[in-house]
Amino acid sequence: MAYNLRAEVQKKERFAPGHRLCAGCGAGITVRAVLRALEEEDRAVVTNATGCLEVSSFLYPYTAWEDSYIHSAFENAAATCGGVEAAYNVLKKKGKVQDNFKFITFGGDGGTYDIGFQSLSGAMERGHDMVYVCYDNEAYMNTGIQRSSSTPRFADATTSPTGKVSNGKRQNKKDLTQIMVAHGIPYVAQSTFLGNFKDLHEKAHRAIYTPGPAFLNVMSPCPRGWRYPAEEMAEICRLAVETCVWPLYEVIEGEYRLSYEPKTKLPVAEFLKKQGRFKHMFASGNEWMLEVAQNYVDKKWKELLSKCR
Amino acid sequence: MSIRERLSGNEAVAYAMKQINPDVMGAFPITPSTEIPQYFAQYVADGLVDTEYVTVESEHSSMSTCIGAQAAGGRAVTATSSCGLALMFELLYVASSSRLPVTLACVNRALTGPININNDHSDSMGARDAGWIQIYAETNQEAYDNFLQAMPIGEHPDVRLPVMICQDGFITSHGVENIELLEDEIVKDFVGEYQPENYLLKHENPLAVGPYDVTNYYMEHKIQQAEAMKAAKPVILKIAEAFEKVSGRKYGFFESYRMEDAETALVLIGSSAGTARAAVDKLRAQGKKVGMVKLRVFRPFPMEELAAALAGCKAIAVMDKAESFSAAGGPLFAETRSALYDLDTRPKAINYVYGLGGRDFTVDTAETVFAALDEIVATGKTGEVYRHIGQRSE
Repeated sequence: MAYNLRAEVQKKERFAPGHRLCAGCGAGITVRAVLRALEEEDRAVVTNATGCLEVSSFLYPYTAWEDSYIHSAFENAAATCGGVEAAYNVLKKKGKVQDNFKFITFGGDGGTYDIGFQSLSGAMERGHDMVYVCYDNEAYMNTGIQRSSSTPRFADATTSPTGKVSNGKRQNKKDLTQIMVAHGIPYVAQSTFLGNFKDLHEKAHRAIYTPGPAFLNVMSPCPRGWRYPAEEMAEICRLAVETCVWPLYEVIEGEYRLSYEPKTKLPVAEFLKKQGRFKHMFASGNEWMLEVAQNYVDKKWKELLSKCR
Repeated sequence: MSIRERLSGNEAVAYAMKQINPDVMGAFPITPSTEIPQYFAQYVADGLVDTEYVTVESEHSSMSTCIGAQAAGGRAVTATSSCGLALMFELLYVASSSRLPVTLACVNRALTGPININNDHSDSMGARDAGWIQIYAETNQEAYDNFLQAMPIGEHPDVRLPVMICQDGFITSHGVENIELLEDEIVKDFVGEYQPENYLLKHENPLAVGPYDVTNYYMEHKIQQAEAMKAAKPVILKIAEAFEKVSGRKYGFFESYRMEDAETALVLIGSSAGTARAAVDKLRAQGKKVGMVKLRVFRPFPMEELAAALAGCKAIAVMDKAESFSAAGGPLFAETRSALYDLDTRPKAINYVYGLGGRDFTVDTAETVFAALDEIVATGKTGEVYRHIGQRSE
């Protein structure tokens, strides 16, 4: 059946309103979009790393999760999910559980790229039938916008501030999606919020219904941390894709597929200038930063294209 | 009919695991507990168990796996030592506060640094406030027996707490001893099925585990945990009683050895009890009124019962196989002396930290300690309370 957003949003919501995420938060949008990809008859156990999403969605005694949910710690969401999945396999075999369950983990870039990286790598290598979804907002937002290994170069974060002798973050963003591809797992994809959400929906569905481990990296902007008006979310995501800062692609059993190729690749500055975290890059005398950023994106894009062709 | 065997402590625990046939095992090696997941891997490879054997990349992930598995509604086990337990530290608290009766075989080894692979209790003593039931073994037989009792205790509806079954690294884990094993059917019957009230995979309703607990609720949840630990005391005794019926072996919070009229006594944990027992017998033969209390259950701490057992003594020495760097003595001493405070007339008490990093504890050492207690009784002076014994500089 062809994808239809209107029909999709008629489905019973699995992430209930009333949670305490900020208005315009990318994490909640990622969660809703991914959970919509579950077949309605299937049940799920959601695992969540500590972070904005966790502290805003399950404050005792309230939970926004209609499915079973477990939060254990910051750095171990993947291993926790693996434990749930392992128990499911046994209990199902023993006839103690009849329902079909899917296992989905959500972690921010802190819980995924950094502190939870080992746990993620281990769980993917072991081959648990699970989907790990990173809602990547490119900094430790829950503790107040500290830089992570996912924060792009030059971004002004609270532990990589700009100053007289600092131009913001010194390092490039870690390419976690590529690292996950290198694990040789059946499915890896990058997506974000675009138009009618078809891209994210289809990738989430494929991730959930591909047997074995799958990794989904979803650029999930944070209006507070990136410093843009919340209502510009869609435009920010569109620009991330049109500038090739965040290319949409998937890797199925090792085979690269480009999901979208911009007709005219926009300059990176178009994406950067919308956000307060990159404001200093537009000061006079800092033109070289824009050039460095552009060159980096061009190089990465070229590498990706060569893998996709 | 029990089965007579010769097994190391590690194999005995692995065998107990096989008989229990848990749903999930988080497996990661660390000396000296490595053999437990190794033996178990062979049971899995030979199709003798139904367990999902999850070969994680760290102890951190083995405890995380156990937390996920137990919350899902399965029975989860793991084994570790020393740094492995330390790496699990945060998750130990998650398991206990989520009220997940995970079972952990702890093969006690000195905590780093400097790195050392031999026995003391610094690993599990460091986790003493993590909300886990802790039961210690003197022998391989006890390690096996304690492991079989772990789940009936931890899973009991009044308790619902994780259980750490401790034995001394190398001393019992690698020492081969005669052992009496129970038949599989008896074990199955005794341990029973895990029947949690709520779990993630339950058909009737979803479940959310691990909330952000604001100030308005956190304290109540901690008090519930504290109440569960208190409730564990009668349950431990009840399960011990049931175990005696199937095994003929009797267990309590501790074992009192020749304490009836003892004037001086040692209080200690684990395999050193065998050595202390020999010293007690030797001194008793010389007409000295000496005894020993071997603590089996450290969490919950049997405060009143231990005080009553020591009430008749004139002086006691508490032997700690772990430093706590309090500058005032080890953990067992702190709690034992605190227990004595409630007695109207209480024995004088001193503390010896001993056996660190595998340092030998001999009959001679035990006799030296008894001699020090004699001195205290004779002079009425306690002298230095916090002492070390067995070190080179003596």
